[in-house]
Amino acid sequence: MSDLIRLSAADLAAKLASGEVSSVEATKAHLDRIAAVDGAVHAFLHVNAQALETAADVDRRRAAGEALGPLAGVPIAVKDVLVTEGMPSTSGSRILEGWIPPYDATPVRKVREAGMVPLGKTNMDEFAMGSSTEHSAYGPTHNPWDLDRIPGGSGGGSAAAVAAFEAPLALGSDTGGSIRQPAHVTGTVGTKPTYGGVSRYGSIALASSLDQVGPVSRTVLDAALLHDVIAGHDPHDQTSIPDAWPSMAEAVRRADVSGLRIGVVKELDSDGFQAGVRQRFHESLELLAANGAEIVEVSAPNFEYAIAAYYLILPAEASSNLAKFDSVRFGLRVVPEGGGTVEEVMAATREAGFGPEVKRRIILGTYALSAGYYDAYYGSAQKVRTLVQQDFDAAFAKVDVLATPTAPTTAFKLGEKLHDPLSMYLNDVATIPANLAGVPGISVPAGLAPEDGLPVGIQFLAPAREDARLYNVGGALEALLVDRWGGPLLAQAPDLSTHELMATEEGVV
Amino acid sequence: MARAALMDFDEALERFDPVIGLEVHVELNTRTKMFSSAPNPANDEFHGAEPNTLVAPVDMGLPGSLPAVNGTAVRYSISLGLALGCGIAPSSRFARKNYFYPDLGKNYQISQYDEPIAFEGTVEVELENGRTFEVAIERAHMEEDAGKLTHVGSTGRIHGAEYSLVDYNRAGVPLVEIVTKPIVGAGADAPALARAYVATIRDIVLSLGISEARMERGNLRCDANVSLRPKGQEKFGTRTETKNVNSMRSVERAVRHEIQRQAAILADGGTITQETRHWHEDTGTTSPGRPKSDADDYRYFPEPDLLPVEPDPAVIEELRAALPEPPAARRRRLKAEWGFTDLEFQDVANGGLLNEVAATVEAGATPAAARKWWTGELTRIANAQGADAAGLAEPAHVAELAALVDEGTLTDRLARQVLEGVIAGEGSPREIVDARGLAVVSDDGALIAAIDEALAAQPDVLAKIRDGKVQAAGAVIGAVMKAMQGKADAARVRELVLERAAADS
Repeated sequence: MSDLIRLSAADLAAKLASGEVSSVEATKAHLDRIAAVDGAVHAFLHVNAQALETAADVDRRRAAGEALGPLAGVPIAVKDVLVTEGMPSTSGSRILEGWIPPYDATPVRKVREAGMVPLGKTNMDEFAMGSSTEHSAYGPTHNPWDLDRIPGGSGGGSAAAVAAFEAPLALGSDTGGSIRQPAHVTGTVGTKPTYGGVSRYGSIALASSLDQVGPVSRTVLDAALLHDVIAGHDPHDQTSIPDAWPSMAEAVRRADVSGLRIGVVKELDSDGFQAGVRQRFHESLELLAANGAEIVEVSAPNFEYAIAAYYLILPAEASSNLAKFDSVRFGLRVVPEGGGTVEEVMAATREAGFGPEVKRRIILGTYALSAGYYDAYYGSAQKVRTLVQQDFDAAFAKVDVLATPTAPTTAFKLGEKLHDPLSMYLNDVATIPANLAGVPGISVPAGLAPEDGLPVGIQFLAPAREDARLYNVGGALEALLVDRWGGPLLAQAPDLSTHELMATEEGVV
Repeated sequence: MARAALMDFDEALERFDPVIGLEVHVELNTRTKMFSSAPNPANDEFHGAEPNTLVAPVDMGLPGSLPAVNGTAVRYSISLGLALGCGIAPSSRFARKNYFYPDLGKNYQISQYDEPIAFEGTVEVELENGRTFEVAIERAHMEEDAGKLTHVGSTGRIHGAEYSLVDYNRAGVPLVEIVTKPIVGAGADAPALARAYVATIRDIVLSLGISEARMERGNLRCDANVSLRPKGQEKFGTRTETKNVNSMRSVERAVRHEIQRQAAILADGGTITQETRHWHEDTGTTSPGRPKSDADDYRYFPEPDLLPVEPDPAVIEELRAALPEPPAARRRRLKAEWGFTDLEFQDVANGGLLNEVAATVEAGATPAAARKWWTGELTRIANAQGADAAGLAEPAHVAELAALVDEGTLTDRLARQVLEGVIAGEGSPREIVDARGLAVVSDDGALIAAIDEALAAQPDVLAKIRDGKVQAAGAVIGAVMKAMQGKADAARVRELVLERAAADS
């Protein structure tokens, strides 16, 4: 395995800046890695044929003495939920197969303007509905720690790509945990920024009031560097926050938890969580406490209703957001045998183009918004949302950040929960409250669960607009744990190229 | 389709009391669309563009696209709300109206539902017969227009079409929908009131400069709700909604037709179906469209992609201070300033010539002369051409023409010739007078020479004049006018003819 792919984005950027390595070399190394392992991982839906050209262009600009951003020349994977000019963008759905958008999502545009090199588009649950990436219309992604297990979802492709060293960085989107939960099960870092912190323009909407684009990486500093690239006001997204943001990378570099008040949400520290997940969570807290943080128990009594409210608000918004997929202007068109009216063509297209989870949520959402049911369902859910926000307000009056396990269990087996939607939905119990309240959250590797040897994450949550606090505490914990482990957690991950080789010999791939 | 039975209008009004409600959609003429940066075809500059050339991702409902509210459209909507006497909501919200239709890129329309930007107003409306009404406005809200479907096939409707073409240029054009409260008590004036109301809205948006307001282009569209209740009954009857009635005249005809149609059904013991109806300009009738009930389920919910609209109170006050004079007040003022009788003023107002006469007076003409030209010769020519008198000539040119008549340079007859040149675009009246040599010949010498020649050529006439048969002079006058090619003052010619006839004796 090339050493280049093992580097963090920050270290790679330093070598690029010093001229020790070219972007073409770095990009080539990652494309080679994708070619070698993605048959087994299936993190990518599309590999960018222009990647080396883009890399060469950055190298030329650097040689010409042009001032470039801190991540210029660094390759990046892009979740397929983000539209990319000239590259297919399917959001994991059959209904958008082959569609090539005429414009770039704002975070993609910013990444390109920063001189970063898009490697391709990563797999995801269809329209970001799921926690396992098994709902992708193009087949599941496999967890690099154990290929029989899920990589989390919906952004399993981005997390797996980063965990499998196919990309140093990736873009994700998080509606109820789709960045943080995959980070938890793959031993990577993922941030859901404050709602409005990163533009949603060009992110194929799942639930507009919950969606947020964010960074996926192997280190907290890398996440912060990417966060700094994509954050900021965008006039195309009226929900984006106009204020300027402090540097997240600075927050990591100055990481210091002395005097930091960390609240442990008691409702999310219960028997419902796997023992090894809780064990690593508490060890992390002890480590932080030993380094000057103050650990306080807080209560968030309304968090228990968060999932119920979420599964009304999300489907309601999604049912409307997904109405545009009707075959008239773009994407799949299915004409019933012998032709049909426009309604019949729309119905046939949606029947063939949407998977079962998407249909389930469209039906749920349509029902929740119907006359006569609106108040009982959508209206009540919005009230719960307000209560969850009040829980956060009350907690943040006492503490600087909150801490929870990111998800209840380590990576489960592919297929294990596919036909049990309720149990699948429960994966997001700890991550959903942040989306309902619009507050930022980060998942940072906390170790491996003793019982199964699989990665476990710890989640930190901060008040809206205080994303820098996440990078401070996340960066501090990461430094302490890396000292303890003697290296990054992912150094303990299985070597996929060997696995790939064996699989090929056995004729599996 | 069988033609609906109609009751005689007067009889219908004897038995029933009509209640009308009007929904007017105004397309704003902002440079860009309601939620995108695409050029707005409802602005004159971009009107008539090739299909699907004025589109941004959001107008096509492309995945990932997001709407962004056009601030100018919000300001225009506030101005319109204020001009309608409405309150402006400190916070109003957009909502999604969900339904599948191929002219709707997102399959939902962004509109305002329970929180409109403007609410509770009144508009003073004056009918052609001089009666005035206070029409109560329920609300005015912002929304986006849909695209335009062209159904290709025998029916011209979506059902039975071979295929349909969609033009998304119109998708996202900013609209304000103005909804009246039920209008009761208009009686037989209900159709005329509907027309006058739409005309008043048109005057208001034109005076604000926020819409091109051309009904034939759909810049202004009216849906007319009509119901009847037996005389003396309190409870409203079942209403129909006649959609997209696209001229002032049609508004009046459609309301009249619905009153007559519904009266015939009710008198026959039938019931009215609550439904939308299509207006047919050619036959002057309506036909049933989609059945409509209050339970139509559009699954409205607050638009999560947009923030509430919370205008700065200072901006609202600025816009209020900048409001033009309300049309009804302006009419009262002008009538008094011009000293017109009721009939004279209605002649101008009903001809849609208020602005033209005002501009002509402003350019220096007397109100009487301005009225005479606009309601007389210009209206006659316009009628002959099947055009509107307004717009036929520049008010400044009409004022100049009146001045030329006043100073004696032109006779009325010559002035009419000059006007033809003005309408043909030959230039200003003075330029045409010079170019065509049309000025009155006021040189007596030239006239006397022509008169002497005519008298010499008609000795019998000369003899009759000398005998005191003065009326015989007409033949000579005619010959002189002909010789002068009409460019003489006939009265002066007559004086000179009598003078010369006497002098020579």
